Amino acid sequence: MLLVYIEVREGKIKKASLETLSEGKRLADEMNMETAAVFVGSALDGLASEAFSFGAGKVYILDNSLLSQYSPSGYTEALFSLTEEIKPKILLMAATAMGRDLAPRLAAKLDVSLASDCTQVKVNNGELEVVRPLFAGKALASFRFKSSPVMATLRPNVFPLAEKTEGTGETIKKEVDVGDDKVKDRVAEVVRAEGNELDISEAEIIISGGRGMKGPENFDMLRELSGILPNAAVGASRAAVDAEWIDHQNQVGQTGKTVSPDLYMAFGISGAIQHLAGMTSSKFIVAVNKDPDAPIFKIADFGVIGDLFKIIPPLQEELKKVVEE
Amino acid sequence: MNIFVFVKRVPDTESKIRIDREHNTVIEEELNFVLSPYDEYAVEEALRVREAAGGKVTVFSIGPDEAKVTLKKALAMGADEAVLIKDDAPEAYDGLRIAKIISRLIKDKYPDYDLLLFGKQSVGADNSQVPAMVAEILALPQVNVVTKLDIDDNQGTAIREIEGAAEKVSFPLPAVISAQKGLNEPRYETLKGIMMAKRKEIPLISLQDLGLTEEELLPQLELIKMDNPPAREAGKVIEEEPEEAAKKLVEFLHKEAKVI
Ligand SMILES: Cc1cc2nc3c(=O)[nH]c(=O)nc-3n(C[C@H](O)[C@H](O)[C@H](O)COP(=O)(O)OP(=O)(O)OC[C@H]3O[C@@H](n4cnc5c(N)ncnc54)[C@H](O)[C@@H]3O)c2cc1C
Ligand SMILES: Nc1ncnc2c1ncn2[C@@H]1O[C@H](COP(=O)(O)O)[C@@H](O)[C@H]1O
Repeated sequence: MLLVYIEVREGKIKKASLETLSEGKRLADEMNMETAAVFVGSALDGLASEAFSFGAGKVYILDNSLLSQYSPSGYTEALFSLTEEIKPKILLMAATAMGRDLAPRLAAKLDVSLASDCTQVKVNNGELEVVRPLFAGKALASFRFKSSPVMATLRPNVFPLAEKTEGTGETIKKEVDVGDDKVKDRVAEVVRAEGNELDISEAEIIISGGRGMKGPENFDMLRELSGILPNAAVGASRAAVDAEWIDHQNQVGQTGKTVSPDLYMAFGISGAIQHLAGMTSSKFIVAVNKDPDAPIFKIADFGVIGDLFKIIPPLQEELKKVVEE
Repeated sequence: MNIFVFVKRVPDTESKIRIDREHNTVIEEELNFVLSPYDEYAVEEALRVREAAGGKVTVFSIGPDEAKVTLKKALAMGADEAVLIKDDAPEAYDGLRIAKIISRLIKDKYPDYDLLLFGKQSVGADNSQVPAMVAEILALPQVNVVTKLDIDDNQGTAIREIEGAAEKVSFPLPAVISAQKGLNEPRYETLKGIMMAKRKEIPLISLQDLGLTEEELLPQLELIKMDNPPAREAGKVIEEEPEEAAKKLVEFLHKEAKVI
């Protein structure tokens, strides 16, 4: 069996989990295995059908009111009790903030190694093989697993969502037993940033600004651009973050976030190696910079040499026209 | 307050990564090695907790002799002690291996601690695995990717970063914490610190001292191939009047990238 952990935040399934489930289903079919999904938490009724429609044949719901909020040790206990029982051959999670926190803890409990943040998964001679970026994407490495179950987390926004089907299957609800002493690291409170902006790691389009933006007030121009586009968020270089023009949650790069949106637009960003490390796996890259020798042009699919302050206003008009059509 | 910090020696982030395709390893010649940036935040935080609550900061690294330089940097920042666990095995990108070494070290040699500090991720391996694995093996609470930490007696509160929000976690000590950028601003070494660090002995512990056999530590992830990513080709670059440039750019987004 191939088991996919499905993350739920505020009653909604994370898109990255559905991407992982879609990919898991494809692999399981190729390996003649059953695909199952597992939810952990409480009050999760009604979510199973979505897992069925993305390919799960079976859905496990591990219910415990102690787990209504995330706790890495509590969730590990719950998932471990299930894996001990059903012995999946492969266990996948999305490499979200939660997945990156939970997967290694569960791996240690299972005494298996973990491949983090994989960008490719394939079946080779009946065995799973993964590719993961090392050195912030400056190297790609392929790994095979010697331990079982095979455990990997998959990078969000890389694996395509499957076509939704009318699938159904068996839902198995289990009351899991985790002692109070096992949830010493439970989340007490989720603090939301004001404005509730879309996080860059989940955006399909990222409009980024660097030192060339000149000041914090000019990031509003980028916010306006991102407002015109669907699922867009505003990103930044470290120079802009260090100048405190924008929060470091928005930083792209080696010490910021690694992103792979459909479109990455860089305004006034030179393209230092540490910035490129975080965004070169974007599907399309656009750069606007007044310096024709800026390294960002070496990797951009479309570059505009010029003053960003002159280009953004007509760009906004043109974009509105096309989007409204 | 007895604080342990775990630091790794890694190539600096500006390094060009060249690959030895025959052996599937990174060519170390010409690489400049540094203390992993997130580990620097961890060292700084340890010093701040010590300054507020008193106690001692001990820094550990698992790696070759050269990792002493990394430990000296932490000492020069102000750590009290540093210990090298000598491991000459090539980088295996396998967090479980390192987590097993750290857990055994703590259980057998350093069972007295209040706080274990890590970086959220080591530059290069980019695993984000070791802290959570150590926490599980030692049955400790964990908070990873922390941007704010408060320690009050035997209780801690931490803010951890998630997508578009933050989680607040209160936990009892001892605990595992991993540092994210934003947690603090690491201090520079002082001249006095550098001189003190120079004189300081760094004890060595071998894997045999910890009773660990090669077999137990054999990486369970088998690296079969390493390569540089396919180079991105430069696309079209235009230089025109703003209105014209904007038109062409939107046409590209619409017709070629098909994102709008
Ligand atoms: C350990 C370490 C980690 C790092 N991690 C990161 C990271 O995660 N992310 C990151 O981004 N950086 C990171 N850096 C920093 C990185 O090396 C660069 O310093 C940084 O990316 C530069 O940001 P920038 O491109 O905005 O600024 P600059 O390099 O100063 O570039 C500004 C650009 O704006 C252009 N410009 C100026 N005015 C205009 C205008 N009116 N119109 C159009 N263009 C204009 C200029 O031509 C220039 O190319 C890291 C560095 C280190 C040492
Ligand atoms: N060889 C090592 N020696 C000491 N600490 C390490 C080592 N490898 C990883 N760590 C610690 O674990 C953190 C996360 O590393 P990783 O799981 O490799 O991304 C690092 O930031 C360090 O704090």
